[in-house]
Amino acid sequence: MTAIQKQDDNPIAHLTREDIETLAYELDQIRQEVLDTRGASDAAYIRRVITTQRYLELSSRAVLLFSIFPPAWLVGTFGLGVSKILENMEIGHNVLHGQWDWMRDPKIHSTTWEWDSATPAEQWKHSHNELHHNFTNVIGKDNDLGYGIFRADEDQPWHPAHLGQPIWNFFNAMFFEYGIAAYDMELGAMIKKKQLDDPKFRASLKTVMKKIRKQATKDYLVHPALSGPSFFHTMAANYVANTMRNLWAHSVIMCGHFPEGVETFEKRSIEGETHGDWYVRQMLGSANISGSKLMHIMTGNLSHQIEHHLFPDLPSNRYAEIAPKVQALFEKYDLTYVSRPLIPQVYSAWHRIFRLSLPNGWLDTTTTKNLPQQLVALYKISTGGPKVRRAAQAMMVREAKKIKAAKAAGMPKRVRRVRRDRVDVAAA
Amino acid sequence: MSATAESSAPSEGLPIKHRLTRLAEAATTPLVPADFLDLFAPLRSGADLRGRIVSVTPETPDAATLVIRPGADWAGHVPGQYLRIGVEVDGVRQWRAYSLTHGPRADKCISITVKAVPDGLVSSHLVRNSEPGTLVHLEQAAGEFVIAPSGGRLLFITAGSGITPVIGMLRNLFPSTESGVLRPARSAGFDIVVVHVAPSEPDSIFIRDLRALDAAGAIKLIARYDDVHGLLDVEELRTLVPDLAERTTYACGPAGLLEAIEAHHSERNLPLYVEQFRTKRIEAGEGGTVSFAKSGVTFAVDGATPILDAAEEAGVLMPSGCRMGICFGCVLPLTEGAVRDLRNGEITVASPGDGVAIQTCISAAAAECVIDN
Repeated sequence: MTAIQKQDDNPIAHLTREDIETLAYELDQIRQEVLDTRGASDAAYIRRVITTQRYLELSSRAVLLFSIFPPAWLVGTFGLGVSKILENMEIGHNVLHGQWDWMRDPKIHSTTWEWDSATPAEQWKHSHNELHHNFTNVIGKDNDLGYGIFRADEDQPWHPAHLGQPIWNFFNAMFFEYGIAAYDMELGAMIKKKQLDDPKFRASLKTVMKKIRKQATKDYLVHPALSGPSFFHTMAANYVANTMRNLWAHSVIMCGHFPEGVETFEKRSIEGETHGDWYVRQMLGSANISGSKLMHIMTGNLSHQIEHHLFPDLPSNRYAEIAPKVQALFEKYDLTYVSRPLIPQVYSAWHRIFRLSLPNGWLDTTTTKNLPQQLVALYKISTGGPKVRRAAQAMMVREAKKIKAAKAAGMPKRVRRVRRDRVDVAAA
Repeated sequence: MSATAESSAPSEGLPIKHRLTRLAEAATTPLVPADFLDLFAPLRSGADLRGRIVSVTPETPDAATLVIRPGADWAGHVPGQYLRIGVEVDGVRQWRAYSLTHGPRADKCISITVKAVPDGLVSSHLVRNSEPGTLVHLEQAAGEFVIAPSGGRLLFITAGSGITPVIGMLRNLFPSTESGVLRPARSAGFDIVVVHVAPSEPDSIFIRDLRALDAAGAIKLIARYDDVHGLLDVEELRTLVPDLAERTTYACGPAGLLEAIEAHHSERNLPLYVEQFRTKRIEAGEGGTVSFAKSGVTFAVDGATPILDAAEEAGVLMPSGCRMGICFGCVLPLTEGAVRDLRNGEITVASPGDGVAIQTCISAAAAECVIDN
């Protein structure tokens, strides 16, 4: 991906100012239709989900009291994992977005809700609702682009340290809730800027540590202790359930903005951005997961990421019904609605993490045949200075472009020649 | 426990119940044990005060009596008092106050009688759509509109649903049974006249009860129907109730009638207690005065400026976020008033006690507003 403004074929160049303002009006209408019909059945929906989740958690934890017996362990662990997924995604994420504030129920409200996650709700609301949803996919503004640790865009300069990012991403998935907590505290930036003594940071670190302690005490001490002879089995069950939730949440969230086809934006492009421009950025900066109703509920309706980013405060159960209307607008304005089933979408996101761990153009210029030479080239680039890196990358990108053009023109012979050239240059 | 004992053995002194609570809290965090107990026993002692509707009985074409079983922590009430009840209408919790229309009952239930008023969101819902088994939210009974139990010469002037607190007092004094109205000894000291005003006889809530009380000699009923007798003129009171001067008056009804009675009585220096249901109705307009309860700042603002911007301008420290209505980082309770959503013009009204959370970045004042910040 390259910031939309730098692309040869800018996918929004064809939109006039009038187009964008009309589009904004049409999207506002879709939002209003939901607001006008929001009512008792929606309220009943979220209460039903919350009640179901609580019963599921209670019963799973009850079964885990006997987790020393393998069937009980399996059933209880799976149930608890599902319950934790529901709690974080369809309930927690959406309540904290204020999607249910309109019910005026002080117990189901963005200002009072706390969730089963390492990151405290208050801190997450700031980094997620205020920063990510506002500055979605703006390079340098939206920390969700690579969570501050990954290279998630071609426009971010490549560094040899990025070679390890598929591994970091795997660890991030395994311990996702802690990754989110660290990210919400801006831990990475604080370490880089050597501001670990900053009083504001100390305060938020203290809040996070307190939350983590409470969470860990519950899952790894209190419930195991209540299980008596099943102590270690319950402890393991809770760990597995948390990991299950972490892996699932990570996969779903990766699908939101990482898959191929999702656009990124330059910082200066949002100066003087109108309501309509903001809508367009949300439309092109998000990707959906297609699937069954169960899939939508288990992803907290983040499978409707595009609709969620356009209208973050509409009740999640209504995204499915407005999705066709939103998609129709994409078609009307000739924009790409990125939507695939879960597996291809997760693959696409991981592929991007993998591709961007390598210098720009490396993957495109590599085949099984020239792999040894390419690896040598990669080694040289990685161990060389910044100057070598820049020169080699520029060359690779040029050649990747040539290959692409050749492929488009149906000239396989030229491709081969180009490839040979490239290796020479990289080795030089 | 003394401070020294506390510091030497901090946990030993903890009562077992307290320790169990701590354990339950550690097991349920980030929720609280009550969140799970509420699934099974929403009316238990220690829960937020709720009630379950037991029955809904029509009184007139547009009024109904709801019998409610209150939660275990219901502290009881004195006849004449009201309670605030929170019900979900179209998924939104709305709070209203209604008079309790019974004395303490043997079955421990409470009852309210609701008249569906035109445009009355909650009253219409309660009269027409409420169903037995529904949970409602309650506040403890409150109100000063009560009579001394020792007795006396009283005049009740009630209009429309203004009868509701009075019927509670009368039913308590003179219980109605299958064998008729009882007149227990404790009520012997009362001499009561009721002037009851209604638009017409069929619209008159509790008219059968009042007639029964009158027939049993417990009260003297003077029923006045607008369609038969014309609107009541307070000057007529002296004719209707010749011994008016010897009575203490309790009046409950619409503001206009109460104001007339107040003027009439104060001119003659007569004792009077009034109860008015309808707190002032908030009419949404353009702009208004906005007051901040905690910081004490008050300013006037137009109907196009977000409250957040105006408040910051006035020097109030405000929570804020995206400033475009998506992040909910600027939400504050509107304790009274009305605001307009600048995106679509939607009006949100808060009556005293409601505390409706509003997004200050996209809300403009649409009436006099009080914000808790």
